[in-house]
Amino acid sequence: MNKRLIALAVGMVLATSPAAAAQAVKIGMITTLSGGGSALGIDIRDGFQLAVDQGGGKLGGVAVELIVEDDARKPAKATDIAQRMLNRDKVDIMTGIVWSNLAIAVVPKVTRAGVFYISPNAGPSLLAGKGCHPNYFNVAWQNDNLHEAMGQYLTDKGYDNVYLLAPNYPAGKDALNGFKRFYKGGIAGEVYTKLGQKDYAAEIAALRAAKPDGVFFFLPGGMGISFLKQYDQAGLTRQIPVFGPAFSFDQTILAAVGEAALGVINTSQWSKDLDNPANKAFVAGFKAAYGRLPSLYASQGYDAARLIGAALAATGGNVADKDAFRDALRAAGFESVRGKFRFGPNHHPIQDIYVRQVVKEDGVLTNKVIGKAFTDHADAYAALCKM
Amino acid sequence: MLIVEQVLNGLQLGVMLFLLAAGLTLVLGIMNLINLAHGSLYMIGAFVAASVAGWTGSFVLGLLAALPAAALVGMAIEVVALRRLYARDHLDQVLATFGLILFFNELVSIVWGPRALFLDTPRWLSGAVEILPGLPYPAYRLAVLAVGLAVAVFLAWLVRRTRLGMLIRAGATNREMVAALGVNIRLLYTLVFGLGAMLAGLAGVMAGPIYAVEVGMGEHILILTFVVIVIGGIGSIRGALAGALLVGLVDTLGRAFLPTLFGAAMGPAAASGVGASLASMAIYIVMAAVLALRPRGLFPVHG
Repeated sequence: MNKRLIALAVGMVLATSPAAAAQAVKIGMITTLSGGGSALGIDIRDGFQLAVDQGGGKLGGVAVELIVEDDARKPAKATDIAQRMLNRDKVDIMTGIVWSNLAIAVVPKVTRAGVFYISPNAGPSLLAGKGCHPNYFNVAWQNDNLHEAMGQYLTDKGYDNVYLLAPNYPAGKDALNGFKRFYKGGIAGEVYTKLGQKDYAAEIAALRAAKPDGVFFFLPGGMGISFLKQYDQAGLTRQIPVFGPAFSFDQTILAAVGEAALGVINTSQWSKDLDNPANKAFVAGFKAAYGRLPSLYASQGYDAARLIGAALAATGGNVADKDAFRDALRAAGFESVRGKFRFGPNHHPIQDIYVRQVVKEDGVLTNKVIGKAFTDHADAYAALCKM
Repeated sequence: MLIVEQVLNGLQLGVMLFLLAAGLTLVLGIMNLINLAHGSLYMIGAFVAASVAGWTGSFVLGLLAALPAAALVGMAIEVVALRRLYARDHLDQVLATFGLILFFNELVSIVWGPRALFLDTPRWLSGAVEILPGLPYPAYRLAVLAVGLAVAVFLAWLVRRTRLGMLIRAGATNREMVAALGVNIRLLYTLVFGLGAMLAGLAGVMAGPIYAVEVGMGEHILILTFVVIVIGGIGSIRGALAGALLVGLVDTLGRAFLPTLFGAAMGPAAASGVGASLASMAIYIVMAAVLALRPRGLFPVHG
């Protein structure tokens, strides 16, 4: 009797499992959709959504249900949402976080709960090194990468007296450390500014007095817009060239900076003019769907979705077999919009990093690839990761 | 030479803060209302100016559109929401006006989108002026300085020499008595609030070509503005001017020279950290010092 009951139960479970597989895979996205910095989160969401829409509501042929919530750039809010998505919504995969401090607060919770986290942006060194986890994948970059590329570029170009500027917070220090890892020339000055600072008159006057041959700065979001405008008004744009990571010269920002950004060299793992079929389909699709040019962040959201799609296709939508799904993610069997892409041992990208220049196309400021700073570049923390 | 330039930078930042602080201190001093949404009015001024300037290509038209827009939005929130809060606790006011910040941030990103807008300096102010031989200074920053000082003179005249100013001062001292004498105190408050809002809008327009015009741009600067009015003495225009210039100078000179000073003492690597941290703290240290010596600010309003 008992045996028969068990057999019945097993039979029922077996009977329901195809139905379960047909049920949509739940993806929880926590990102910044309101307040300062929301342009980044909105582009990540729109890029991700584009990939889902192109598949007709499916990723890799498997139906997905995307649950999107706004963290308003607040770590406490992000952890609350993560808790809810894990406990109530029972999501299978999570993604979306823009900022490193939020990622550090949320990602360990998610991965410890046995859920996969695919980062479309934030790549703090902690999560790439000592804090790495088998369920954590970063599809964008490790935080230092773009700064390292600029350090290499300026070394190659023979710059020997560069002035450095970054906000006084962990990612700012990582940025300058990353830059200095590959920059071999002299340093004219190294200044840490207040996070969220608007007025750079004092720094710009000091910078002019130091007479550098170039300026490297990492000032994400509104800080970079303010700095570039003021740098231009001080009449320095034509005298001392500025260099930076793509963040300060991205599509979300260029329109607000205006002509002051024209001609500036910056480093990025992606550009809208990269010549590969996946990128062409992405750029055209994004423009058609949203009526604007895609940004770096949109490309990362799109790639996050397509990475998930490739793994779902390989496993037939079975997320419950964690090991198989993890292996499928690690294989990264998708055509990235940036071209070549694979994961290193710590689940961070090994990829080429390009040098771009801000140009004007049909009256709109945008970027054009002019060279390559690194080929198959991996991050500096992989060795610290013990999985 | 560098010192002259940095002092000018400090004065210019101070004047920018004064434009914001003047409105805030009037509202706080006279109406006894803590208005955290003051920064939202600054944001609205900048956004309206940026879009009008974008359509017409004229900064001046942008300015002319932004001032009434900020004043109207200010008077609307006074009539709709804040009027109910005068008699309430400061905590209720903080909560309600904080809610207004969220509301306006969302509204602005619905109307204008989440991306930052572009507002350029007018062409005739875009160059640099040689103020001393070999020392070029951005013309636009000089214009900000001039506008701020003109506003200071105008406000002094308004509060001290006009009938409206007399009513404002009287209303601040004894609200009921002024009302009993037949003055429409509610209308007066709405007008004062509109004036404060217009000044915030003006600050937003002047800030637009220098700073990023983005959602949430009013929040960082609002903190500095509160420091200014606490140092200056709540309710005092003179105090707001003195406090703003002091904060502007301390902040700018601190950022400019502290890291170098420490660099001479302890080597560049450690200095840039310590110097930068101390420079960010400098204005708060000054505020603590002022409050320790003069608990009601530099120019306390008597009464």
